[in-house]
Amino acid sequence: MTDQQGYGTRPSAKMRSVSVDLNHDASLLIDIPDALCERDKVKFTVHTKTTLSSFQKPDFSVPRQHEDFIWLHDTLVETEDYAGLIIPPAPPKPDFESPREKMHKLGEGEATMTKEEYTKMKQELEAEYLAVFKKTVQVHEVFLQRLSSHPNLSKDRNFQIFLEYDQDLTVRRKNAKEMFGGFFKNMVKSADEVLISGIKEVDDFFEQEKTFLLDYYSKIKDSTAKAEKMTRSHKNIADDYIHISATLNSLSADDTTILFVSVQKVEGRVASDQELKLTELLRYYMRDIQAAKDLLYRRARALVDYENSNKALDKARLKSKDIPQAEEHQQQCLQKFDKLSESGKKELTSFKGRRVVAFRKNLIEMAELEIKHAKVSSTIQLTHFYTNEKWTL
Amino acid sequence: MATSSERSPPPFPDSEDQDVLDSEEVGGRDSDEDDGEDLFMSASNPLLTEMDTTLPPASQPSDVLMKPPSNIMDEPLIEPVSSQTENKPANKVVSEPSDDFVDLTNNVTDSPDEAVAAESAVADDAKDTTEIPLDEPSDEFEDIFGSENEALQEEVLVADVTVEAATDNRAVTSGAIEPPGDGKTGSDDEQEAKETATDPIIDLSYDLPASVAQQPPPARDKCFDPLVDLLSDAPPAADANVPSRATVDLFEDEGTDLFTEPRQTKSATQQQKSLFGEADEDLFGEPLGATSKKTISKEQKDKPVKTKAASHVSNIGGPLQDNSPAEPADIFTEEAVTTLPSITSTSTVNSKTNGVQSEEEADIFAKATVELSLDSPRGERRKDVKAKPSASALSQSAAASLAKPQSAALEELEEEEEEEQGDKFDIFVSVKDPEKIGDGMNAYMAYKLTTETQLAMFRNKTFTVRRRFSDFLGLYEKLSEKHGPNGFIVPPPPEKSILGMTKVKVGKEDSSSADFVERRRAALERYLQRVVNHPSLLQDPDVREFLEREELPRAVSTQALSGAGFLKMINKATDAVSKMTIKMNESDVWFEEKLQEVESADQQFRKLHALVESLVIHRKELSLNTASFAKSTAMLGSAEDNTALSRALSQLAEVEDKMEQLHQEQAANDTFNFAELIADYIRLLGAVRATFDHRMKAWQRWQDAQCALQKKRETEAKLLWANKPDKLQLAKEEIAEWEAKVTQYERDFDRVSATVRKEVVRFEKEKARNFKREIMNYLACLLQSQQQLIKYWEAFLPEAKAIA
Repeated sequence: MTDQQGYGTRPSAKMRSVSVDLNHDASLLIDIPDALCERDKVKFTVHTKTTLSSFQKPDFSVPRQHEDFIWLHDTLVETEDYAGLIIPPAPPKPDFESPREKMHKLGEGEATMTKEEYTKMKQELEAEYLAVFKKTVQVHEVFLQRLSSHPNLSKDRNFQIFLEYDQDLTVRRKNAKEMFGGFFKNMVKSADEVLISGIKEVDDFFEQEKTFLLDYYSKIKDSTAKAEKMTRSHKNIADDYIHISATLNSLSADDTTILFVSVQKVEGRVASDQELKLTELLRYYMRDIQAAKDLLYRRARALVDYENSNKALDKARLKSKDIPQAEEHQQQCLQKFDKLSESGKKELTSFKGRRVVAFRKNLIEMAELEIKHAKVSSTIQLTHFYTNEKWTL
Repeated sequence: MATSSERSPPPFPDSEDQDVLDSEEVGGRDSDEDDGEDLFMSASNPLLTEMDTTLPPASQPSDVLMKPPSNIMDEPLIEPVSSQTENKPANKVVSEPSDDFVDLTNNVTDSPDEAVAAESAVADDAKDTTEIPLDEPSDEFEDIFGSENEALQEEVLVADVTVEAATDNRAVTSGAIEPPGDGKTGSDDEQEAKETATDPIIDLSYDLPASVAQQPPPARDKCFDPLVDLLSDAPPAADANVPSRATVDLFEDEGTDLFTEPRQTKSATQQQKSLFGEADEDLFGEPLGATSKKTISKEQKDKPVKTKAASHVSNIGGPLQDNSPAEPADIFTEEAVTTLPSITSTSTVNSKTNGVQSEEEADIFAKATVELSLDSPRGERRKDVKAKPSASALSQSAAASLAKPQSAALEELEEEEEEEQGDKFDIFVSVKDPEKIGDGMNAYMAYKLTTETQLAMFRNKTFTVRRRFSDFLGLYEKLSEKHGPNGFIVPPPPEKSILGMTKVKVGKEDSSSADFVERRRAALERYLQRVVNHPSLLQDPDVREFLEREELPRAVSTQALSGAGFLKMINKATDAVSKMTIKMNESDVWFEEKLQEVESADQQFRKLHALVESLVIHRKELSLNTASFAKSTAMLGSAEDNTALSRALSQLAEVEDKMEQLHQEQAANDTFNFAELIADYIRLLGAVRATFDHRMKAWQRWQDAQCALQKKRETEAKLLWANKPDKLQLAKEEIAEWEAKVTQYERDFDRVSATVRKEVVRFEKEKARNFKREIMNYLACLLQSQQQLIKYWEAFLPEAKAIA
């Protein structure tokens, strides 16, 4: 069991930042070496190693919670200066519900299972729980690493505070009004997006990028859902094998049991690796594309603002009233729009490169793992095939 | 060695024989004969004479037997031992020429003459070919056993019992052969025989008395004698075989005359030979090389064969009986004249028969032979064909028949032999080409049944018939009615599935109904193969008819919703109630443990089946999800603007498509190799439990009879007290009647117990073998799909690497 567990979860520990390609900058290295799970809260230890003079010490660790990450993300999104950047997607809220629920179900079904079956299922669930935990840590880490590797975002004051402040940030939790406000904002944003989508694009690049991202987003969302389903049914199969081998065991078909145990292990690994390499990749890029879409939205918003300011300027000129003000506003909008377009272009291009590299890396790794698992299981089966004398049932 | 060992046993046997029963007297003769080779010959003759005597007027032994049937039963067991010992000497004599035996065996095989004759007889009979070979030996046996055979015919079971006893005896004899603790061995044999065969013996005795008081006893005697002969023959048989070879040669040369003579002179030797012949390959090889010990072992093996022959003989016996009286005389004369030749002839005959049968497994043969033996016509024909031979045949056949039953018992006891045989089953039934006949709700599926066999009992090597599903159910009904109460595990067919069939009937050709039909087809095939692999069931005329006959009468009462089906349900319900009410004090720990084992296995298998089914469902889900993921990936690939990545994604989509195929195949693999097998075994375990129930019922009947007897006795005591002599007589008669019933039921119960035991052991062996094979298959499929998977991903890897 320990073997399998280690196997299933090790990749996530070793191959961190699998989903993102980061140009590692030795001046600011961030990792999360440890995390503590207390009830619903997860406490991450954020460790920073830096040569930058803006930090007081070259090496320090601070405790952070998931909400702190969300706060950091929100402040970044709300910062006007970063409107032209793809803000790395906030890490998803740690979700231990599914393994917890399964554990609960398992406890209920304990009576119907043999002891070893139960133990095995429990071990399997613990492994799954651990994997979820590690994955959670990983996405948080990736978020920080992407910030640290970004030339602009790494210099953000809030980010530095987040990294350096050695007390609890005690970020104020959003209250109900704010939650509603956030929800309302989202609604407005969506409605706005629809309105804005009618705006004629002035730049071919953005026009293309917009259609591509919209299309790509719906596709990748679909793929993610399907991949999740696929890995889930794969896990079901692995679970079935656990039960089968336990039943075989109670039929005292030892050798056959070993066979099924090993088959189960392989199936389980295939499932967890697929989950890690493929589903996670897709999931991450789904969110990343959402971030890129947000960028496009902000740019489109700016474009609309600019056009509106043009109209306002025309009106002002017509009325000969407040012309300088309108001119100024129009200039500002234009500037903002240009700036957004410029940095947006850069961001999107680099995003594309990053995506391709990440896909490449993950696909290769997945193919290699698939081959490896298939080979392992063929070897197991071959050994069984040739040493079947004792097989009975 | 063989000779010496054999010789040593003979003395013992003599003593034993003398000590023991009437048969002992004969045995004494035998033993005397045993002393010298001539004596042996004569001894064999005496045996024959005994046999003969039993047949005609049951001579002395028969009389004795007649007097105390039950005692006789016990005695017979003893007798067999003694006779065995006697036979042993004879065998020893034979063993001396054992080298010749090989030749003889060869001759035997060569001895087509005899075989041909037998065949002709068979042809006349138009019975199974196997019967013919058997008939030849059986003829001899018949002569000897003739009278016995009648009884035997009536009660084949009895013969089997005797066979079992014989086997025990054989085993004992084999053990004892070297040490000649003839007496000891004899006693051991007797004990064993009593234990194992007491039931059979009792049965025989009962049966015999019931059928013909005189004849039955002789039959018993004969049976015992034959058994003894067989036993003795078997061990010595190898030895005897050696000489018998010469005799065989003689026989061949001489032809019928020789046969007749040999039979008379050396019925015992013939028997031995016959045994050898059956064992031909194995036995011969071993006997030749090995002396007494080897011969013993060989003998055991041979014994089954012999027993088969014996059974044949016994079957023939009915007809032979007539001949038998004459034959005995002939035999004697012949024996005196040409003991060795006669032996050879018999051996040749046996060998021939053996050869024919030998191809098939011994068990099958034994059973087949038994059945054949039942068929009196053959025996009669044979008699007609070979008047002389018949006499000799009778002696031989008697011996052979004894040997055969014994051998059968031995076989049963010796599971290993069965296994060997099991592996060699020369019959394969395939169920193919399901075809929908008719329309609407009256439609049904017909399957093509092709049988390929080397068994002589079938007219052709391959034949094909069409059967519908209800025919299969009808076959099962017949078989379970006939064999279930005897403790046989009758393989159950797949259940009727109204839902599945309705789909097939109504639905078009969709995948689920195709899946259903294929599942059912495979299940039917496995079911039939299990039936024909069962040595006893294969012999059932209904099975043969099912496989061979063009048109079967439409099976009725197989419809789940018909009135008969309703009746069946009620019966089942009452059975269940009575099962709960019957409190059986299990005297046999083995049964108790086995029942528990079976029940827990049943539970586990059910659980396993549910799990495998859910595995299949999940796998199908996975296949579905993989397919939709593949589609989605293809879309994503088309949306991707990076050419290499787009290409890689569409490649990934293709890989996932293939994976979907693999998952689907794997799901089918799970279903057919695993789930179906487990479903089969759930059904089979039900059949196993049914045999336990049948055993319990037999026990219940016995207990009830005992209670009734007790009551009758009480009434008698009351009547005695009341001094009512007129009613007392009636009461006494009733008591006698119930006593007989109690013994009968007890014997039934013991027989059923023995059968159940044997069947369960067989079932477990089959199960282990079956599962091993299926798991190998399953593994092979898994392996293949893993290989495919490796191939697919390896092909994908360069694509992924090509992303730039």
